[in-house]
Amino acid sequence: MFLIGFLYLASQSVKKIIEINPYMLGTMAGGAADCQFWHRNLGIKCRLHELANKRRISVSGASKLLANMLYSYRGMGLSVGTMIAGWDETGPGLYYVDNEGGRLKGDRFSVGSGSPYAYGVLDSGYKFDMSVEEASELARRSIYHATFRDGASGGVASVYHVGPNGWTKLSGDDVGELHYHYYPVPPAIAEQVMEEAAAE
Amino acid sequence: MTKQHANWSPYDNNGGTCVAIAGSDYCVIAADTRMSTGYSILTRDYSKIHKLADKAVLSSSGFQADVKALQKVLKSRHLVYQHQHNKQMSCPAMAQLLSNTLYFKRFFPYYAFNVLGGLDEQGKGCVFTYDAVGSYEKVGYSAQGSGSTLIMPFLDNQLKSPSPLLLPAQDAITPLSEPEAVDLVKTVFASATERDIYTGDKLEIMILKADGIRTEVMELRKD
Repeated sequence: MFLIGFLYLASQSVKKIIEINPYMLGTMAGGAADCQFWHRNLGIKCRLHELANKRRISVSGASKLLANMLYSYRGMGLSVGTMIAGWDETGPGLYYVDNEGGRLKGDRFSVGSGSPYAYGVLDSGYKFDMSVEEASELARRSIYHATFRDGASGGVASVYHVGPNGWTKLSGDDVGELHYHYYPVPPAIAEQVMEEAAAE
Repeated sequence: MTKQHANWSPYDNNGGTCVAIAGSDYCVIAADTRMSTGYSILTRDYSKIHKLADKAVLSSSGFQADVKALQKVLKSRHLVYQHQHNKQMSCPAMAQLLSNTLYFKRFFPYYAFNVLGGLDEQGKGCVFTYDAVGSYEKVGYSAQGSGSTLIMPFLDNQLKSPSPLLLPAQDAITPLSEPEAVDLVKTVFASATERDIYTGDKLEIMILKADGIRTEVMELRKD
């Protein structure tokens, strides 16, 4: 994850997956402060909902709270491109919400400057009845490909799983290492000879 | 007809650089003492380091008037916290307070580039780095200000903090001892002073440990 200020990489380790509560996650794209603040604010509103209604808020409700909040700041320069992912009584829920006040329900989204590259990999590999392992590997590869081509993406690719009992972090891999994992470099002849010599 | 733009800005940049390094049981916060405006020096003896709580020290570069205002807000909020909770704020709590304080002026920001350093509840060093509107993260080390682009790559090279996002998790605390960290900070500022016109005069270093705070001052180039 990259944070850019004036073409300078401010950080390679910004948390772009924000833990709103133990069963809901939000992703961050756009302005870091805007996303951090409003996701935390959403977490507070979700908790207040739980206390007022004695039940967890739905993903639909949480995403709508955020979308309405962002709509009221429309045109004032907030920059938020986020996905709200969670699990409620109706099953898994995924919503895309942005600073224009847009809100979309969907099975898969890709958000941010590297999103076109990620969509390419994501759409070609997606099936609704994928297993968790297949889906997490697809997500990891999509992120990797986005970091490969987009200058503003990189750092660590984190993968989380959201299930009926909440979210768990599945993996966090440095994309530089992922590159050689997906595209290993065959050792050059000279290296092979040296390895054999060392083994003798 | 093109829109008329203001020829007066509410902001100014007083320059300067701030650095913080977290250790296993200490935290080093350092800043130069030069305050400038444009190509002039206002003073060679301005402290950019502010103790907010026993275990939380803020260092800010940028527009010092905004920094002073920010510091006043944080100090008063800390006082209220002490009255209400009968204890000092911890560094992570102060970190969140600073983030919210910055964000509440999202549409007319504090022109302040902050590094918060201190000890967490377990006594381990922690450093939090911010942008002007309040986004923050906990890191092992950070530099902010005019010399930050010169200093950060060197700190990355020397301290090689593994990302906190990696799984299995790896500790972000530097393996350096306290004297080594102080020495590194002195080296880093001496180099930044050479190439950054806004950094120089004196270096003020605050070392936070469980038993208290120690301050060191080192002379830097004055040109």
